[in-house]
Amino acid sequence: MLGIIHLGGVLDRTPRKNVMKLNELTITQAREGLQQKKFSSVELTKACLDRIKQVDGKINAFVTVTEEEALEHAKHADKLLNNITIEQYNNYPLLGIPIGLKDMYMTKGIRTTAASKVLENYIPQYDATVVTKLKNAGAIIIGKTNCDAWAHGSSGENSDFGPTKNPWNIEYVPGGSSSGSAAAIAADMCIASTGTDTGGSIRLPANFCNVVGLKPTYGRVSRYGIIAMASSLDSIGHFTKTVEDCALILNITAGNDSCDATTPKKNKPDYTESLKKSVNGLKIGIPKEYFEIGLDKEIKEKTLKAAQILESLGAKTVEASLPHTEYALACYYIIVPSEISSNLARYDGIRYGMERTNFGDEAKRRIMLGTYTLSAGYYDAYYKKAMQIRTLLKQDFDRAFEKVDVIISPVSPTPPWKLGEKVNDPLKMYLSDIYTITINLVGIPGLCVPIGFTKNELPLGMQILGPHFSEETLFQIGNAFEEVTKNEGWRKKKPVL
Amino acid sequence: MQNYKYQPVIGLEVHVELKTKSKMFCRCSAEHFGQEPNTHTCPVCLGLPGALPVPNKTAIEWCVMIGLALSCEIPLFSKFDRKNYFYPDLAKGYQISQYDQPFAINGKVVIARNEATKQSLKKEIATTPSVSRNDAKVIRIRRVHMEEDTAKLMHQFGTQNSNIKTQNEEKYSLIDFNRSGVPLVEIVTEPDFSSADEVTEYLKKLQQIVRYLDVSNADMEKGDMRLEPNISLKKVSLRGMVSEVEPDRAISRDRHANARDDNKELPKYKVEVKNINSFRFVDKAIRFELKRQAELLDKRETPAQETRGWDEKKGATVSQRSKEEAHDYRYFPEPDIPPVRWTESQISNLKSQMCELPDTKFNRFQKEYKLNEYDAEILTREQELADYFEEAVKVGKEHNITSKSIANTIINRKINTEQVLPAELIKNIIQISQTFQINPDELEKIVEQVLSENQKAVDDYKKGETQIMGFLIGRIKQHFPSSDTNQIKKALETSILNT
Repeated sequence: MLGIIHLGGVLDRTPRKNVMKLNELTITQAREGLQQKKFSSVELTKACLDRIKQVDGKINAFVTVTEEEALEHAKHADKLLNNITIEQYNNYPLLGIPIGLKDMYMTKGIRTTAASKVLENYIPQYDATVVTKLKNAGAIIIGKTNCDAWAHGSSGENSDFGPTKNPWNIEYVPGGSSSGSAAAIAADMCIASTGTDTGGSIRLPANFCNVVGLKPTYGRVSRYGIIAMASSLDSIGHFTKTVEDCALILNITAGNDSCDATTPKKNKPDYTESLKKSVNGLKIGIPKEYFEIGLDKEIKEKTLKAAQILESLGAKTVEASLPHTEYALACYYIIVPSEISSNLARYDGIRYGMERTNFGDEAKRRIMLGTYTLSAGYYDAYYKKAMQIRTLLKQDFDRAFEKVDVIISPVSPTPPWKLGEKVNDPLKMYLSDIYTITINLVGIPGLCVPIGFTKNELPLGMQILGPHFSEETLFQIGNAFEEVTKNEGWRKKKPVL
Repeated sequence: MQNYKYQPVIGLEVHVELKTKSKMFCRCSAEHFGQEPNTHTCPVCLGLPGALPVPNKTAIEWCVMIGLALSCEIPLFSKFDRKNYFYPDLAKGYQISQYDQPFAINGKVVIARNEATKQSLKKEIATTPSVSRNDAKVIRIRRVHMEEDTAKLMHQFGTQNSNIKTQNEEKYSLIDFNRSGVPLVEIVTEPDFSSADEVTEYLKKLQQIVRYLDVSNADMEKGDMRLEPNISLKKVSLRGMVSEVEPDRAISRDRHANARDDNKELPKYKVEVKNINSFRFVDKAIRFELKRQAELLDKRETPAQETRGWDEKKGATVSQRSKEEAHDYRYFPEPDIPPVRWTESQISNLKSQMCELPDTKFNRFQKEYKLNEYDAEILTREQELADYFEEAVKVGKEHNITSKSIANTIINRKINTEQVLPAELIKNIIQISQTFQINPDELEKIVEQVLSENQKAVDDYKKGETQIMGFLIGRIKQHFPSSDTNQIKKALETSILNT
């Protein structure tokens, strides 16, 4: 009976007549089941591991699966579950729940590669702050997920360990760079997973894989122990199956870290408390620049339809303007490679055992771009100019948020594309991030929630954007949308593998 | 005969290692001298993937204090930058430093001119703003900034360590990361020095200031201070006009963006001598360079713009890196550390925490304790001695002992201030003054007795063997233990003279 269980009427989100596989549960459902001893953490973990064995040959979501350690920790979690009171249990919001970590997160004793051959054999001596927090919450680390090497990419195809496939159609890309983390949730290989978002690396794959993905405000979650891509933009977020789960994880990961000077000592709310708040009266901005030429017709319709649904709940939509949008991509591709060229300097071929020739084309491209834009004589024309544009972009959003509570926009101008379609055209690949990168330059939070499927049965999502540290409002809207659409047919879909 | 001479144009960069408990960007102990290698390390100072710097507040405050002590302006906005370059002792591939917005700018240090400089000054046309007309000279401070030290490379020969396999079994290098990330303050002057003596004078003063502030041990042996002079020669017409030969205003002496451009026309080359760890070697290196460059200029050659090192064995500077090989450090703002924003009150608060500085103390000692320059200089050379003196003065007051006699006692008798407490010192002075009370009649009697008993000694003395006096004094002291030597000596001299 392992792996499949009857849950009676306990779960209201059960998609298939009360019969559910354990690995398909949400965090909230799994917690409930564990607490009521309907199943054990070992059973839950095994269900996930079995699913990985069953489908990951096709998907390639994991670089490393830590089966032994995961089962060991699950046993320990079960012991703890049997011996603690409910009050104590509440101190372990992820007790016994298997999660995947993007292979950019330092895990003590577990190989961490950034999906690059350069770190193929690297075993860290320490845990990232977020990893420590997740472990302390009781989470079981089931493995390290695949991604574009060094998180450089939009499709997952830049991984040195082979591309991840989209579980909804394995001929298509899952979106990147956190490709494995998104695919692992979509294919129910774990209950939640983590990612990094420097220009859309969480939102784009969430969007392409029909899962919830959060890019928190810059500085809300510690970057300590997570391999840096572009330090002034890197945001540490996660993937879940529901908005509620998303809020639950942010409760664990958010907050000041004495090891990261960019995490402010700011009050951390209980993010789950805002979930049930009504969206009545909230003002939603629709940025006209994000709905102009180049946007796929179906995506445009579906996104505006989602806004209409929120209007039906009492929210108001108004047109917003972000006039400097057209400069964002150029600005991004100066600042990001500049920081990358500096951040990757430590992988100099001396200390990590692998020569620099192991860097892939995309990393080399960005190292060269960044080295150039920071060079004497070019700094003022490129980096400095880009920083000025960055300020203008911030002002765009500041002005917009004077009039609206949130902004809703598409995540990608197109639906998922086929594997190999853009690999030889880097510029085309860069353009797929046009709606996501600005958010990182500005530092605000963005929540990506599923909104349906294309005619070709490929997933679509929208991003909800708010001012700095407005994650509560994003959850409030995301959850309202999820609730009101919960009975729609597309909500019950599962990828066929 | 030549109608011009060369005037040295010298600037100086000094790195001072702070003595904070922990490193600049992590919590590891900053102690590294004589420690077991690689014992004070963590992901941050090893530059491991994912590690992030968190700045040390005390180190930053100390850097600002050094700036304040050097009469600098403290900009209310400051930031860290990355200086990118590759070297095996630099774990991250970049050093966290400060580029265009350092913690302190535009300061000055006043140094005394020594005789040699004074002489040369008389001939010099005093047009530079840095030249003042009295015996003091102002050295302008361009900037004071904060950065991190690198790891320490140890180059080894032979194969004694069997654990280390190298392709070439003769040479290998070891890296000790204990020093990686130790806080360093860099102090950069304008090119205001015109002699090696002035540089030495400045260095002593700087060392004294950081020791007074108690922010660095400034121990040369331990590498707490590292010195980098940049040296060039300017042609000066002897007829009283600055020569137009080979000036070049376009040269920025440094890529530091806030370099002030009010420097008088500078020579169009500059030779930097890197990483010298002794005042004596700096002196030698400067003198060597001045001579070497003058010889080249005499042959109508322009010395190459380059970086050189001081080779003590050769007694010469040697070329290390030419202008063409100069690094492009690709500075950009350090994204991992938010900029530092001060309020006026924070700065004045730091100022109020600072101790009295050597110059102020020197002036006050002369005024308050009626000391001459010489005494005041000696007593304020080190904070500990100055404090000792002031404590002794306090105690002395109660016994009507003057500050002048305390100063004399400390300086002339070379009191070991670590063993003799100020109160004890006063007791000693009182005792000495009390021994004056020998009865003159009694003394005269004994003197005559001793002289008659030692006629030969008296004769020898008269022949000029004055050292015999000590023997005679000793004889008399047998009768008057703990008596005042001077009184005895005088009585003896009078008596011998009268015989």
